[in-house]
Amino acid sequence: MNDVTVLAASAILGYGFDESSLARGIDRAPAVIVCDAGSTDQGPCDLGSGSLHMSVEAYRRDLSLMIEAGRRAGVPVVVGTAGGAGIDAQVDTLVQIALAAADGLSAPLRIAGIYSEVSQEWLLDRLARGRIRPLPPGSEPLAPEVIERTVRTVAMMGAEPIERAVAEGADVVIAGRTSDTALFAAVPRMRGAGEGPAWHAGKILECGAAAAVPASAGDAMMAHVGETSFVLEAPNEARHCTPVSVAAHALYENGDPYFLHEPGGTLDTSACRYESLGDGRVRVHGSTFRPADRYTVRLEGAELAGYRCFSLAGIRDARLIGQLDDYMARVEAIVRDKVDSVHPELSRDDYDLDVRVYGRDAVLGPAEPFRERENHEVGLLLSALAPDQARAASILGVFRAMTVHTDFTGQAGLCSNLAFPFSPSDFSAGAAYRFNMRHVAELDDPLECARIRWFGAEPAERRPAGTGARAR
Amino acid sequence: MKLYELAKVVRSKNAGPYQITLDVIFDNEQDFRTFTESGVVDVAWVAEKYRVPEDEVRIIPYPPAHAVKITIPRRTACGSPDDMDVYGAQQHGPLLDLELPERSGATAS
Repeated sequence: MNDVTVLAASAILGYGFDESSLARGIDRAPAVIVCDAGSTDQGPCDLGSGSLHMSVEAYRRDLSLMIEAGRRAGVPVVVGTAGGAGIDAQVDTLVQIALAAADGLSAPLRIAGIYSEVSQEWLLDRLARGRIRPLPPGSEPLAPEVIERTVRTVAMMGAEPIERAVAEGADVVIAGRTSDTALFAAVPRMRGAGEGPAWHAGKILECGAAAAVPASAGDAMMAHVGETSFVLEAPNEARHCTPVSVAAHALYENGDPYFLHEPGGTLDTSACRYESLGDGRVRVHGSTFRPADRYTVRLEGAELAGYRCFSLAGIRDARLIGQLDDYMARVEAIVRDKVDSVHPELSRDDYDLDVRVYGRDAVLGPAEPFRERENHEVGLLLSALAPDQARAASILGVFRAMTVHTDFTGQAGLCSNLAFPFSPSDFSAGAAYRFNMRHVAELDDPLECARIRWFGAEPAERRPAGTGARAR
Repeated sequence: MKLYELAKVVRSKNAGPYQITLDVIFDNEQDFRTFTESGVVDVAWVAEKYRVPEDEVRIIPYPPAHAVKITIPRRTACGSPDDMDVYGAQQHGPLLDLELPERSGATAS
């Protein structure tokens, strides 16, 4: 076989890339142009509320350039975890952007949207049949009540749904929640590359030029994937790869640099050898992929935690900073009493008050070794979480006012204890969510919960469907 | 010598929504060995500093990148209301100031 060249546009769709990097990548005859668009890193908000990780304008810029490049090269463009979390509505948003980009092209595009949301009924059914299991370490069996209070769940697809869409002639694939690695591994697997090299190259490409020197999350990267090895190359001439920069990338955002678990098996890089080709390219030998006994997809669910309102203020009185824990305990007691009378309909468990002390332990919490250090100034983040936005604002108002005006030891009489940076001082932050699943679902068919829907042009004859694809 | 003076990279990041991973990367094999052979960072040290159970701490030396990876559980899932660092990006602080023992018999190079 010939090596299969995969061009990664950037680390995240919307982060941008150098247009000339993409153009140089296209000159190297890629088989596919790929970009990941999401993660769980940003927290559960994109999954729970459907907010977009980057703006529509940022998506339009990157996706339009990728689509133009794909048409020039006559190769498919693949985007995964659309919009940040890969929910169905985020797939639709990117499909619309792709359709608009297609308007400017001479030939119509065939666009595949791949949807990855799973319903409560599906989850409850799989749970009842013993097909959902916890992921170690520290995860409990999934409870039906958790499924029932989940606002949305996605099942992270592997490479197979992408391969199906490409095999059926997609010019553009906009996929919902997808394993980052699988997005890049799909086309090399279809065209005969080795499983180990395909998955390992995918792990490196999913972060764009992060494995190059100098590293960048906002630039293109390329891999030439063969049967037993692959070669990494940075299309931007200002960057190069070294054996250490490529090896080091296995560390990034990964709990273990040697093993990476995918829906269909595990990538093992423990026997890898990283060889400099002397021209800024690196060849990686020895990646292996061990198929799993059962095909599993990771479930990601988000539940509503409440609505948040917050206020940020500074304290520059060292006397108060020195007794802050005691002070905030007294403030909270006063606030709870007042909220009892302002919102008699709420029990004390219906809302949360939270204070974070920046400059002291707001980043490490209980692990902060310097908590007792004396500070001349600290930042206070006050927040309230309540069943709706209006009551979050109401409760935060009481919390903010009492934190300003409660007296403390050494300061007699009415005083004002917070320096607010802004007027208004309180900010409604909308719905807050939490991830609530740490589980996988066993599938009989890798395409079982990935639904492909077609947009744009009618099926075209210009690409024979299924070229080199694994027969299914 | 403090760890941040010896290491090229000291960083932290989420490894999925339920784990934090800490990477210490050195410029060369010698510095990597100086650190690993010092033995100052072991499971007990990490568990104590980060207030996590010892049996959930993993320390993985990674010679191909002259690196050591430390993976610990998160106190709360990434982005939950009580999370303090959504991306897990600033959890490496306790490693930075770690004092490394002077190497006996070390020669200046």
